[in-house]
Amino acid sequence: MAVRTLLSKKTLTTVLRNDPKPIGAAITQSRGLHVFTLPDLAYDYGALEPVISGEIMQIHHQKHHQTYITNYNKALEQLHDSVAKADSLTTVKLQNAIKFNGGGHINHSIFWKNLAPVREGGGEPPKEALGWAIDTNFGSLEALIQKVNAEGAALQGSGWVWLALDKELKRLVVETTANQDPLVTKGTSLVPLLGIDVWEHAYYLQYKNVRPDYLKNIWKVINWKYASEVYENAF
Amino acid sequence: MKLLSPSATSTTHISSSFFLPNGFQNHGSSSATTFKFSKNQGRCVGNDEGTQITAKFELKPPPYPLNALEPIMSQNTFEYHWGKHHRAYVDNLNKQIEGTDLDGKSLEETIIMSYNNGDILPAFNNAAQVWNHDFFWESMKPGGGGKPSGELLKLIERDFGSFEKFVEQFKLAASTQFGSGWAWLAYKENRLDVGNAVNPLATEEDKKLVVLKSPNAVNPLVWNHHHPLLTIDVWEVY
Repeated sequence: MAVRTLLSKKTLTTVLRNDPKPIGAAITQSRGLHVFTLPDLAYDYGALEPVISGEIMQIHHQKHHQTYITNYNKALEQLHDSVAKADSLTTVKLQNAIKFNGGGHINHSIFWKNLAPVREGGGEPPKEALGWAIDTNFGSLEALIQKVNAEGAALQGSGWVWLALDKELKRLVVETTANQDPLVTKGTSLVPLLGIDVWEHAYYLQYKNVRPDYLKNIWKVINWKYASEVYENAF
Repeated sequence: MKLLSPSATSTTHISSSFFLPNGFQNHGSSSATTFKFSKNQGRCVGNDEGTQITAKFELKPPPYPLNALEPIMSQNTFEYHWGKHHRAYVDNLNKQIEGTDLDGKSLEETIIMSYNNGDILPAFNNAAQVWNHDFFWESMKPGGGGKPSGELLKLIERDFGSFEKFVEQFKLAASTQFGSGWAWLAYKENRLDVGNAVNPLATEEDKKLVVLKSPNAVNPLVWNHHHPLLTIDVWEVY
């Protein structure tokens, strides 16, 4: 336990990402419990300006996402203990916290990969397999964007809007989830290609109450390359 | 054009002389020619065309100036929260109910009807959020804070142990509502903790104060036998 606290967060993430048998994992493996850590962004906080401000990216990543991870780890530890003690009441009571915080970690991890600076291909429309699939399922990329924006703007409270692949029905769908519910809660065969965070914390500092403007602009930094990769590797 | 007398609820901004050549002035509103009042049910009747009476909800201002709660809640916050968000709920609600069977109902009726026993209809979100924010502004006041007194304090001490314990419980509820929602102090007419269970022989002892939290637009009006006393808006607190 003491060794873990000596490592800084940055060191820990580097170690966990690069080393096949990293120190961090060895510590957690002795308890049998993996400790989740904040994934680094592939770009600087300011790299998505002016679409999403550096201020938002930093707070969103370092505070919001980190908090989900911290609370997810806490809940998992409590779950681990309650299962070991066969304490069913606690085990079941923890499900909400796990869905919320674990979902928050899952969703944001996808979100960072869904975005890219313009100079690294952000905003470039999808081609080939995913491009054709979009045309087939929605008519055109513009039609898809309109649909996603409409559903994202209409979402009440906090949540996400998704472009998803339904693996079973072999088609693309637009879905929304509430709070931090991961996409699978809407269907076990759904694979997230693109998720857009419409929690106020994702846009308020910059766009204030005008969520539609955020949705209109975010497409300029959407990383279609990642979505295509996921789509092509899904089957 | 039928002139309706203004209701008893007045704000600090409406001067003693209401009557102006073009009709009533509502501060903060750009439409000077529309009659606007605060009636208890939040309805107002009349418009500048003179030939048609339409019933619409109106945006009630907080019962204090927008900077009155500084530094705890800034004027800037109010300008957005009340001036844009609350206003949007009102405007969107009016658009939604026009010509439907909800048109003409009071705000509370609209909320209950559109809650539809949990099978929520589209107007619920806007209607409930209008009500919730009205209630929220009233739950605060300049120079407020401190402790309650009299009957309320007695009940708080009876049902929570102490005022401090109530505050603790309230803060816990407020800080653990996932996503968007509200925290409430409410008076419950039934001690039983089972959903809508009603005690047919309810006595004074069956009633108690409770701390509750609710998601998105839901409020205690839709839960039978609950009377909200105080609320805070905790959208995205957690």
